[in-house]
Amino acid sequence: MFKFLSDVVTAATISADWIGIRAIKDTTKACAIRDAHPERNTQQFGQGAMVEVLAQGQFGYSATNNLSATALANAIVTAYKQAVAASTWSVHKFTTAARPQAKGTYVSPHRKGLDALSPGELNQILLQICQRLKVSDKIAQTTASARSHDIETWFVTSNGSEIYQRDYLVETHFGTIAQDGPTTQLRTDHGYLAQSYQGGWELFPGLDLWQRVQQVGTQAVELLHADNCPDLTTTLVLAPDQMMLQIHESIGHPLELDRILGDERNYAGGSFIKLEDFGCLTYGSELMNVTFDPTVPGELASYGFDDVGTPATREYLIRGGKLERGLGGLESQQRSQVPGVANSRASSWNRPAIDRMANINLEPGDRTFEQMIANIEHGIYMETNRSWSIDDQRHKFQFGCEYGKLIEQGKLTRTLKNPNYRSITPQFWQSLSQVGDRNTWEMYGTPFCGKGEPNQLIRVGHGSPVCAFDNIEVFGGAV
Amino acid sequence: MISAVAAKINEQVMSKEKIFGQLADAIAATLATAAHFTLTLDGEDSQFTRFNRAQVRQTGEVSDGNLTLTLMQTDRTAAATVPFVGEFEADWSLLKTALADLQAMLPQLPVDPFVVLPTGSATSRMVNQGEILDADAIASTLLTPVNNLDFTGIYAGGLIFRGYADSADQRHWFESTSYSLDFSLFDAQNRAVKGTFAGNQWQQSKFLDKINQAKHQLAMMSRPAKTVERGQYRTYLAPAAVAELLHMFSWGGVSEADLQQGNSAFGLLRQGKHSLSAKFTLQENFQQANMPRFNIYGEVAPLQLPIIEQGKLVNSLVSSRSAKEYQIPSNYASRGEYLRAPEILPGTLAADQILTSLNTGLYLSNLHYLNWSDHPNGRITGMTRYACFWVEQGEIVAPIENLRFDESLYQCFGKGLVDLTDFQETIPNIDTYGQRGLGGSRVPGILTNDFTYTL
Repeated sequence: MFKFLSDVVTAATISADWIGIRAIKDTTKACAIRDAHPERNTQQFGQGAMVEVLAQGQFGYSATNNLSATALANAIVTAYKQAVAASTWSVHKFTTAARPQAKGTYVSPHRKGLDALSPGELNQILLQICQRLKVSDKIAQTTASARSHDIETWFVTSNGSEIYQRDYLVETHFGTIAQDGPTTQLRTDHGYLAQSYQGGWELFPGLDLWQRVQQVGTQAVELLHADNCPDLTTTLVLAPDQMMLQIHESIGHPLELDRILGDERNYAGGSFIKLEDFGCLTYGSELMNVTFDPTVPGELASYGFDDVGTPATREYLIRGGKLERGLGGLESQQRSQVPGVANSRASSWNRPAIDRMANINLEPGDRTFEQMIANIEHGIYMETNRSWSIDDQRHKFQFGCEYGKLIEQGKLTRTLKNPNYRSITPQFWQSLSQVGDRNTWEMYGTPFCGKGEPNQLIRVGHGSPVCAFDNIEVFGGAV
Repeated sequence: MISAVAAKINEQVMSKEKIFGQLADAIAATLATAAHFTLTLDGEDSQFTRFNRAQVRQTGEVSDGNLTLTLMQTDRTAAATVPFVGEFEADWSLLKTALADLQAMLPQLPVDPFVVLPTGSATSRMVNQGEILDADAIASTLLTPVNNLDFTGIYAGGLIFRGYADSADQRHWFESTSYSLDFSLFDAQNRAVKGTFAGNQWQQSKFLDKINQAKHQLAMMSRPAKTVERGQYRTYLAPAAVAELLHMFSWGGVSEADLQQGNSAFGLLRQGKHSLSAKFTLQENFQQANMPRFNIYGEVAPLQLPIIEQGKLVNSLVSSRSAKEYQIPSNYASRGEYLRAPEILPGTLAADQILTSLNTGLYLSNLHYLNWSDHPNGRITGMTRYACFWVEQGEIVAPIENLRFDESLYQCFGKGLVDLTDFQETIPNIDTYGQRGLGGSRVPGILTNDFTYTL
């Protein structure tokens, strides 16, 4: 493939400063069972190439799902014309420094291949999950699903880059809805497709699968008759499967440099962070240490290079509560003169790379879970995201969870349904008062981070310990 | 210039439709008579140009297409998707492999009691030709009139095509050459107004009108912003804001499967435990929609289907799969049972009476980032965004700092609903996840009492 793509690039006769081809072949297999009946069995083979050209300081692109030499040669010409037509209106005059030469290979760690489970075997496991979720006649719906992705990417450029990356991904989910009269309650395995990782079928079914299934079913029924989360301001303790969302929405997105530079203002929004805040702003309490880390083995958004060829490295975004670095790739770093990371990423061959999260993790502290709870006289503990909403500057947010517990005098007591909380990002992170140790740290992922024009859904990973926040407004539901 | 683009697109489409038909014929000729299949095609040749500060951030084109072959045999079903490039040999090679994969997979799968076999005899062909901007002309055409403004957004345009064929010999084709412009204008204080502009024919004068309207609205944003305390306020929601609320009806809303499985905000409406205002009527209306009426089963939706009539849930969206599972008639909804051509019927509130009728309260042009906060009770949280104002005694006093709301559909479309405007606006679907979206919603503005703001 490298030679084929290099030959296409070399044969181009346009007077461009740089030409690049990012070719992708991907196979996705998906299976879903609902109420012990098959809902979906699909496989998808995709292929295509993103052809980019830099001319007169402007990038232009042409993406095609036709990988013939003729189609790619035509795409180079089209991308060149796109660049030239827009060059008098460029938001920034880019140079080839935005696409330095790079060579290398990355393959997701995996012990088993993605053909280790046949469609028949996978259907049977998911079917059993649905059957075992039905722990009571109050269970109104059961679902179980699994997807695998085998994604190969070749990146070849006119300045000699040659990068091959192969991602093996497994994404699984199960959950249930319990119903009793007008009351319904949802309980899932840490949130929709939160069990998304890099690897093969060694990831599923895991050793604790059936215990988790039993717990999800039982807790769904338990929630039906639980008290509503009270309306008050108190200490809030968040489990890692809710911290994932909290980190994503109130740290990841506001630190994206393209949002701060204004690219995203018409769609997802801007940010309350300003370029001059990097290096000096106190983002949260000194217990707050956040890294951009696409090098964590098995985390969903790990890679060797981003989609413009920048080598991936672990970097602190926030250390001791101080904001150090933004989430911006080479183009945003040129424009903003702010230190960034290797995060120019695209959802597939048919979208250009933009600033994205990859793995954004909150580093562990030194408290055990028991120590954290013992320190709290009154509070609410919440697990598993079910609702999320935040403003276009990433300031005022309201998040809801599936499952809550009251904390009274250092102990977890009654179960609470409909636990929600709301706050404002800087105040919230300033109120971070306890950070759990490595034993409380868990890692999840999601394939559904939406952003960009044209829109792109991308995979991100988030790891976090259990965390406690003081004086947070919590509230429940109507019934 | 524009005609040349139209001619080129027309030529490409004729070829795509022909190849798609040949591929369907080839599948039919290859399969045993005991097997059933459907073959769908979706694709686009689209231009995307993204702007920031009245300059070009990114620009390019995407040529994409996918064939999905669904095979059904012995009460089992599976589907495979492969690229479509519009060249028979290349496409047939991949499709043939996909067919072999499906034939190997089917015997391993559990029986699907709700499999929908193609049985109808429907055929259709809908072509919405257009005249849109040439790629070379987009930057200069759009940016010259706004070069002194902070103009941000995206132009998306080109050809969208959809095809359907099956073993019962049903055939459908849909194509549309269209564009959308989704933009914001910002002022120096980072306040903004929003505009969308879409259609099949680019009209420069209408574009300039849109920009001038947005400039006028932005001028009103220059007054010092008012911080509104949390509480309940009489509120006017403009059509674009109503369209955001309407999106929620397709996410655990009017789907029959969601209603049956305890996953709907309208379960309590159906049970008679909650009610909506008799002034509120929602229907599917394909009359003017730039949207195919056929679904993935080859069924053609009725031109109009009432969903909520004078506050009563008279129909849910029922796919043929749900129909089979729940033993009720299908109304040929999409597989996901989401609204495809929704329309909220107008009321009696005239445009020039909106501020007077609002009297004192909030005027909201747009909403942002909605999510269920209490799904079974129809409660939604989200943010105000763009041109939103505090109004006193029928006069706009000041723009507001953005507010978080948390309110039930049973309040704003129920006991709180005062009136709907006597006019509707078409809010185009400008989503481009995976591919450019089609259609949109037709909605009025609403005036509602005691809308709750929480942060």
